[in-house]
Amino acid sequence: MELLSGGDMLIRALQDEGVEYIFGYPGGSALHIYDAIFRQQKVDHILVRHEQAATHMADGYARATGKPGVVLVTSGPGATNAITGIATAHMDSVPMVVISGQVPSDLIGTDAFQETDMIGISRPVVKHSFLVTSLEDIPEIIKKAFFIATSGRPGPVVIDVPKDVTDPATTAPYNYPATVDMRSYRPSQRGHTGQIKKAARALLNAKRPVIYSGGGVVLGDGSEPLRSLARRLGFPVTNTLMGLGAFPGNDPQFLGMLGMHGTYQANMAMHHADLILAIGARFDDRVTNNPSKFCPDATVVHVDVDPASIAKIVTADIPIVGPVLPVLKELDAQVEALLADNPGAQDSEALADWSRRIDGWREEHGLNHHLASEGAEPIMPQRVIQSLYRVTGGNAYVTSDVGQHQMFAAQYYHFPEPRRWINSGGLGTMGFGLPSAMGVQMAFPDATVACVTGEGSFMMNAQEMSTCLQYGLPIKIVCLNNQALGMVKQWQDMQYGGRHSQSTYSDSLPDFKTLAEAYGHVGIRVDSADDLDAAMEETFSPANASKLVLLDVGVDPREHVYPMAIKGGSMRDMVLSRSEAT
Amino acid sequence: MRRIIAVLIENESGALSRVLGLFAQRGYNIETLTVAPTDDATLSRITLTTLGDTQRIEQITKQLNKLIEVVKVVDLCEDDHIEREIMLIKVRAEGSERAELKRTADVFRGQIVDVTPRTYTVQLTGPTAKLDAFVRAMEVGTIVEVVRSGVSGIGRGDKALTI
Ligand SMILES: Cc1ncc(C[n+]2csc(CCOP(=O)(O)OP(=O)(O)O)c2C)c(N)n1
Ligand SMILES: [Mg+2]
Repeated sequence: MELLSGGDMLIRALQDEGVEYIFGYPGGSALHIYDAIFRQQKVDHILVRHEQAATHMADGYARATGKPGVVLVTSGPGATNAITGIATAHMDSVPMVVISGQVPSDLIGTDAFQETDMIGISRPVVKHSFLVTSLEDIPEIIKKAFFIATSGRPGPVVIDVPKDVTDPATTAPYNYPATVDMRSYRPSQRGHTGQIKKAARALLNAKRPVIYSGGGVVLGDGSEPLRSLARRLGFPVTNTLMGLGAFPGNDPQFLGMLGMHGTYQANMAMHHADLILAIGARFDDRVTNNPSKFCPDATVVHVDVDPASIAKIVTADIPIVGPVLPVLKELDAQVEALLADNPGAQDSEALADWSRRIDGWREEHGLNHHLASEGAEPIMPQRVIQSLYRVTGGNAYVTSDVGQHQMFAAQYYHFPEPRRWINSGGLGTMGFGLPSAMGVQMAFPDATVACVTGEGSFMMNAQEMSTCLQYGLPIKIVCLNNQALGMVKQWQDMQYGGRHSQSTYSDSLPDFKTLAEAYGHVGIRVDSADDLDAAMEETFSPANASKLVLLDVGVDPREHVYPMAIKGGSMRDMVLSRSEAT
Repeated sequence: MRRIIAVLIENESGALSRVLGLFAQRGYNIETLTVAPTDDATLSRITLTTLGDTQRIEQITKQLNKLIEVVKVVDLCEDDHIEREIMLIKVRAEGSERAELKRTADVFRGQIVDVTPRTYTVQLTGPTAKLDAFVRAMEVGTIVEVVRSGVSGIGRGDKALTI
């Protein structure tokens, strides 16, 4: 058997795991590993400018491809800088493996230079973690880490590696295990057939059904059977912020996003439903509003791979624990069989009635309803997303940061496919947009990748424009520049009597066009609605195909995101515009 | 509702901190906690008592099961079970108090395991309620020190919590 040092073993194990990219940043405790990277060709290392960006890059890569993202950082500040990105991935169940250097074993616990208890500090935000105590354990630990990160409900796994373990002077036999079996971790492989049968019958009896599908359907590759099931039944579908794209955004059966900034029709349909089929969704408080007033008349069927997500917030009448793909396939097959037996099993009259009610809601207060009353100047932020959607033909990968621009993007970009919309839904991490777009672009060099950002969020990781230059990443950054922490300001307008405490920057913003140019990229600034479409087209023009373009759009700083759920209410309680509420 | 939860967990460093972290992070309370290896040296058994309604207990057991190193979780209160705790209690015992304390210890089937001219140390085993009752039976101001092991529990009958 081959003898390898710990550093070489780590990299070899990553090769054997099929890893293409490591996103990372070097430092003392990780230098043996970095030397091992230097001495091989199979795995590419991408050097970021801040460790947080490495984690978001790995995250964007993972969300777009379904493959785990891999991160390498040094101990101490390298490790702590990675925490925000690990927590972001954890909240959104993204598969990720983070390797952190650690001070040598004999110095652990002595407050050594750049020592931090990475296992301790990351514990609440990881799916699992390993401290490597001997180099012989490395192959098995890497195998387990990838297995844990990618199976069941996916999530980030940290491997903390003391420097002595990777010392080139010490070697051990290397043998990468083909499989792994852990007696304490055996995630569910399929759903309970009896429960699925029960659910199929409930679906056929529904008079006012809604399918509520979440990020789990995207992560669990359940989009196809979801579409098949929804079409077979003719049921309306709503997606969560994390689930957009699982059902086509332009489909007539699609209600739009639900929740705090969900569409009027989606939230009304949820509230009035008699059956809710929740799939890979966790009844987040940003969806349900007040759980005690949530969907008073609905029978709830809840499918999730994580048993702890079921009945956590809302009681499930028919719980089904299992991965969404096999469960949805089986559910669809059951429904198909029942319908073959009895083609009149559904109450078609009630369903037609329900569909008419939904159309009524859509017409009354659908997304564009309040936009229609606004003039052309200044540029409405929603118009920017509509323009982006038109110019990219709906076919871009879109990442976003956090704030109003994120909600506008979720509302107005209609995603045709899953894994195209990438945002930090659970943790709401400003600074996520650009680095996650970089991860997507690394995975798909020829794809159109747009980052919809706000000037506030963008400045949290703007330094990564330098990384983009180094690796030639032609990302299109669309900055909805409202010269404010817009979402904060909106809350202050609506809940704090308009007192804008620390949510504006008093004219201290940089000129983003020249900032992009300073980093060696293209910058475009647009202020007039008349110029918006041309600027958008220029951004995505063939001439700029191989370049990063930052399009800085001056948008109406007064605009709010509507609808907005009324705090403490049910899902039908919404503010609909500056002057209307339900 | 008080529940006794038994957890079989891989006997690995850091495993216990994950259990404790889970309780702290999610705001579950721990009334008592005991940990020790089992006959299988690769496994530890944790017994903990906690308070909560049915929904909370269900969440606690599900969240415990989610921890990668947890092999099995059982809520012992779902079935007939035996619950034991051990208490060592040092009590002031002078003059007439000595005979009185001895009688009380006998009533509770306690043993006096250490004696000084001024104190008795009594060892008691039993369910938590019995130990509580003994503490209440002590005259106000006479207790010098109390140490309790926390609850251990096992199901009645042939069934066993093993892998
Ligand atoms: C790291 C981080 N800090 C603070 C917040 C709270 N927060 C949410 S939205 C927001 C404003 C974002 O401003 P900007 O990026 O300009 O977006 P806008 O809302 O103006 O579109 C803030 C501060 C957050 N989500 N993330
Ligand atoms: Mg802003």
